[in-house]
Amino acid sequence: MSQATAGSAPQRISLSRVLGPAQVWALGVGIVLVGEYTGWNFSADKGGTLAALIVCWVIGLLYTSVAMIDSEVTSTVAAAGGQYAQAKHIVGPLMAFNVALYLVFAYTMLEVSDAILVGDTIVAKAGTEGLTHNAFLAVTIVGLAWLNYRGVLMTLNVNFVITALAYVAIVILFLSVMPWSQGTVLKLGEMVTTDNALPYGWLGVIAAFHFGIWYYLGIEGTTQAAEEVRSPARALPLGTMSGMITLLIGAALTWYVCASLMPWQYLGITYYPLWDAGKLTGSPLLENMMFFATLLSAIASANGCINDAARAWFSLGRDRYLPTWFSAVHPKYRTPYRSILFLLPIALAFAFISDLNQAITFSILSGVLQYTFMSINIMMFRNKWPLGSIRRGYTHPFHPIPAIVLFVLCVITYFAIFLGYGAQLTAMTVFYLVVSLWFHFYRYKYVRRGDQFTMPWPKPKGY
Amino acid sequence: MAKYTPPEQPRILQLFDVACLIIAIFVALWLPLKMGWAGVSKSIDKIDNPTWESLKQTPAQVEQWVKLGYADAAAAHDVIQNHFHYSIDWTQLLIMVVVVLGYFIFLFRASAKEYRDVIEEKFGNTK
Repeated sequence: MSQATAGSAPQRISLSRVLGPAQVWALGVGIVLVGEYTGWNFSADKGGTLAALIVCWVIGLLYTSVAMIDSEVTSTVAAAGGQYAQAKHIVGPLMAFNVALYLVFAYTMLEVSDAILVGDTIVAKAGTEGLTHNAFLAVTIVGLAWLNYRGVLMTLNVNFVITALAYVAIVILFLSVMPWSQGTVLKLGEMVTTDNALPYGWLGVIAAFHFGIWYYLGIEGTTQAAEEVRSPARALPLGTMSGMITLLIGAALTWYVCASLMPWQYLGITYYPLWDAGKLTGSPLLENMMFFATLLSAIASANGCINDAARAWFSLGRDRYLPTWFSAVHPKYRTPYRSILFLLPIALAFAFISDLNQAITFSILSGVLQYTFMSINIMMFRNKWPLGSIRRGYTHPFHPIPAIVLFVLCVITYFAIFLGYGAQLTAMTVFYLVVSLWFHFYRYKYVRRGDQFTMPWPKPKGY
Repeated sequence: MAKYTPPEQPRILQLFDVACLIIAIFVALWLPLKMGWAGVSKSIDKIDNPTWESLKQTPAQVEQWVKLGYADAAAAHDVIQNHFHYSIDWTQLLIMVVVVLGYFIFLFRASAKEYRDVIEEKFGNTK
């Protein structure tokens, strides 16, 4: 339940429980699929085409661990804010505050990247001299914020349709280039040779982790819908795990087609690898289909990001970590409308001042900090509430192996980010440290202590 | 443990908090861009009078370059020869490790202290 407004006599209005597994899938895959239309290919720039394939699988392992861990914890902690609510119940308020900021940063900057992609793709297609992407950025961000303002079910139904169309386009492209007959259209053996497969050696493979994250970044966003799904214990694991399987297949198809059609140097710098792949088939139909699919994937992602960032910000307000003004739910549309509107100008501002590569990196940095938290969070969760002590919607297998794998891969990714963006990673971590000091020594005094623990669980073991 | 009653925050201070956060967000995201910290520099390893052979392109790759609008080797030269030159600045790496580790250590220690208050108020302080 949520408090509708700040003040002494709050009107209690809850978010609507209207979503099923299909909308959870649409939220997760909708946010992520754009990474297969652009972003993943920058890993080829940093390490070569083969490095992009290696990180596709290794980062796929990282995200499978994320999805398994997330499915267990979220199906048990079913509250808006996703990992924020998990941190609040398992680690503590300061961690929860930081996790919510990771979510807001990761999703807002991903939304910015999506809007830039929409604008740049339309400008590239138009080919009109003097046309800039600014108007397209603004229309994308404002239009999708309006859609989110009007209701979550409509927002995610739109996402389901456009995400499915964008995904089907990848499958159609794959089948159209006759992948069973190398040499006819695809020429993998001549594009990826022993001389150019790993141009920077294994250091390049590690460096490629940086943008390899983009294959799947955001699948964990399914948890943001926890409070709005009809059956969290069923819909969240089903939507998240099926989303991950969808993306793994899509990533493999994407790499195979793009690596077989483009020299690695070009693949590493293009903003539209799948659209370019459509062009290189020589079929105007495929080219136009991939142009529209690129737009749809970016719009679906931005749409999901606005949804998720607003839920995280809303949750901070509801728990008094930020002014409670942000925790208002719209009396008619049942959406966290003030949070949606507050984040709108921030997204717009960064859409105008950063470029795609930089916006992606901002998002990745916050994402990796969050995954590091998740690997430790699941260990603490199992220690404080061992199996059998509380009812879990889903229990992930092989614990603690996924948590260890996730942690190790996060450490490697920090190093990969260091190889190029080390100063930026340090600067952002300093920012999180400063706001943590602000929260712990100043803001926390406004928070009601016991009220933060809302799950009907027994006292954690060891307390 | 007695129930903790937080002070009411005046509306003006709420606005001040939000303003401080916005400024902090913009500084953290915008400053690295402004200072040129974002992105490693790539540099072009120049080849005079390049040919497709000197750029080590296979016939199939040449065919695709042409389809992509790069009519000859000279046109594709800057894209093909623009390379990363990875080097590890150990001082910068050490600073990053200290900052990230220090951040997480503070985060978990301070969170644990706050969490104990939450549990004591919710469940009482008996084990």
